[in-house]
Amino acid sequence: MSSTIVSLPDQSTARIPKTNFITKENGLLSWLLTGDHKRIAVLYLISITFFFFIGGSLAGLIRLELLTPQSDLMATDTYNKVFTMHGVVMIFLFLVPSVPATLGNFLIPIMIGAKDLALPKINLLSWYLYVVGGILVIYTMVSGGVDTGWTFTTPLSTHYVNTNVMSTGLAVFIAGFSSIFTGLNFIVTIHKMRCPGMTWFRLPLFVWAHYAASILMVLGTPVLAIAIVLVALERTVGIGVFDPAKGGDPLLFQHLFWFYSHPAVYIMILPGFGVISETISTFSRKRVFGYTAVAFSSVAIAVFGFFVWAHHMFIMGISNYAVLVFSLLTMLVAVPSAIKIFNWTFTLYKGSITFETPMLYTFGFMGLFTIGGLTGVFLGASGTDIHLTETYFIVAHFHFVMVGGMLMAFLAGIHFWWPKITGRMYPEKISQLAAVVTFIGFNLTFFPQFILGTLGMPRRYAAYPPEFQVLNVFSTAGATILGVGYLLPILYLTWSLKYGEIAGSNPWQATGLEWQIQSPPLTENFIETPIMDHEAYDYEWLDRQKAKEVTSVG
Amino acid sequence: MSDSPAIANGAAVAEHHEHPPYQRHHFESVEQQADTTNFAMWLFLLTEIMFFGGLFTAYLILRNWYYPAFVEASHQLNIFWGTANTAVLISSSFTMAMGVWSAEMRKKGTLVLCLVLTFILGLVFLGIKTIEYKEKIEKHHVPGFHYSLQSFTNPASDPEIYKEYHDQPMALDMARHTELYFFLYFAMTGMHALHMIIGIAILGFMIFRARAGAYTTGHVTFVENFGLYWHFVDIIWIFLFPLLYLISRHQ
Repeated sequence: MSSTIVSLPDQSTARIPKTNFITKENGLLSWLLTGDHKRIAVLYLISITFFFFIGGSLAGLIRLELLTPQSDLMATDTYNKVFTMHGVVMIFLFLVPSVPATLGNFLIPIMIGAKDLALPKINLLSWYLYVVGGILVIYTMVSGGVDTGWTFTTPLSTHYVNTNVMSTGLAVFIAGFSSIFTGLNFIVTIHKMRCPGMTWFRLPLFVWAHYAASILMVLGTPVLAIAIVLVALERTVGIGVFDPAKGGDPLLFQHLFWFYSHPAVYIMILPGFGVISETISTFSRKRVFGYTAVAFSSVAIAVFGFFVWAHHMFIMGISNYAVLVFSLLTMLVAVPSAIKIFNWTFTLYKGSITFETPMLYTFGFMGLFTIGGLTGVFLGASGTDIHLTETYFIVAHFHFVMVGGMLMAFLAGIHFWWPKITGRMYPEKISQLAAVVTFIGFNLTFFPQFILGTLGMPRRYAAYPPEFQVLNVFSTAGATILGVGYLLPILYLTWSLKYGEIAGSNPWQATGLEWQIQSPPLTENFIETPIMDHEAYDYEWLDRQKAKEVTSVG
Repeated sequence: MSDSPAIANGAAVAEHHEHPPYQRHHFESVEQQADTTNFAMWLFLLTEIMFFGGLFTAYLILRNWYYPAFVEASHQLNIFWGTANTAVLISSSFTMAMGVWSAEMRKKGTLVLCLVLTFILGLVFLGIKTIEYKEKIEKHHVPGFHYSLQSFTNPASDPEIYKEYHDQPMALDMARHTELYFFLYFAMTGMHALHMIIGIAILGFMIFRARAGAYTTGHVTFVENFGLYWHFVDIIWIFLFPLLYLISRHQ
């Protein structure tokens, strides 16, 4: 048995197909006015990489400041602005659109056998809204920043700070609509555009995960929008709805904000789950164990996700009974998440596992997400939460889920579908190295923060007592390694655009519809509308297809 | 001989791909396209419900806390104009529904007439709303802008309203909460009016297109979806009217 499943066409004769979605039209306008979901996905990929770079640089500044106990690299209020902008950029401009707007946009229509998303113009509009939101965030940074934290918590954001709350709020409002339109487009497409034979239970799990995330985008984001409108009105007019002096309630803001922002963490992680389901099946040559359970657990996460928001507010003065109920509901979300992890693990059992880069990232994801998820249970239990909240424990927890989980999944997905998007392979050895470096760097950065948190180091301070320095030095050193781990893919993926090996249509021997068409795909994806006549992840079907090809060629 | 089947095939393919100009290339059929955009519109309205939902939540909580203030503040609203506006809006929904029907029946004249009537009724609604807003501005009942408590701490100073309801003077700390009521009043009706303005703008555009015969070709998706939007805005008002105008009228 060979140690790899990669099968590339003969490099001396293979060519990238002359007609594909990239070469169909030329010129900047053909990109800026395109309705093609694949081109919009590429536009998104370029723009989110740009903002990831900004957010990552800000993270670097934060870690550099925390190298020493004193606040010496920057003034304390500059530090506040830096971590606020890091949060805003990473959450609204990177994590929320990361997988859905790039890979989801590119793959969902192909996976369900459609020519495009249902509403191509709305799709393009969503990218423009994203860009406008991004420009406003950059404007905020250039004109002095904002220091409320990414949560805009009242009354800090409405009464006490005099920084650019308004422009940041507007940016988030606009970027929010971009995400609403993406989600709306996905739901409509998945409902109405499936090719003949593509029943709900033949959909790849990637599509199911995006469907669940889209429900959250469509139902949650408008609530964030109204919360931001109210903050803006409170700041400008003084309407009093969040102002206790006038009879309002600052907690109301937190309820509205977390009603979106808790589901938002599932908006961020669910598409990542989708990627993992695809890679884990492909690289262990097995149908995903418990397909139906994994599919429904995505939807269950989406539904439960709406009923746990107040666990962000345990120490904010909500009633003890509310704490009890929300604590219990929070534990419930652990169930569908565990279902996924267990089913992926069972998929590995007796599979023919190979260790290409996407699979390395997938293993990284499974380990780190499990740690991130389990520490979430500590925080969901109200007793431990009171001790751990607002410390570095919580910072470590959500970075394990978001960076260790989502970013790993994003990188797994980018490597996995890179040959499909560009028609060329990335260089395997160096990318395996990058995956390992990322994993080591990540653990070195964030594991010490769990210990710091339990020792009581609070988050969001530029200075800290000297006894915490050793662990902070570890963390900063790890961040440097992590930075290298993220820089490497940017370099070698760019390199591979020109020098990578020709991938052919199905380098991984995967079963999805997207692997049965040329790479890069045609503008209309399929030459004729496909008919789905087998289950998802049916490797025997693939073998039969190949056998048929051989006989017909022979 | 070998060419002819290919040509026949080519012709069949061409025939298969021939479709009306309003069908976008990525849909298999006009029905699928209509179905899809219709579903998208419903989903969009769902996001709108969630958007207004935030305001309704705020209303629910604050009204429970400061009920007396909400009652007396709502006495300030003009129930005559409110009722008239409700009637105007329901009529406009009727004319809109007739518009969709006439588009389906391919009656161009009726369609244009219905759209124009809807357009006018929409403007009438906004006109009446302006009269009401003007009253509030004159009485300093706009929150944040020199808000005045006089009508509530000393109801007799406001003879028109006092004559009708004989409200008791409220203690200052409860009277202050009328400002929250008026904030909700302006935020909710304002957000609603904004949706009306957008709707009227689209209606104006549709009237031009309808006169050119765009919607009477059998492809009515746009009119139908706009109708959904218009009815939705109407329904929001159906909730706003009792919540804002009819809080315990006879207390």
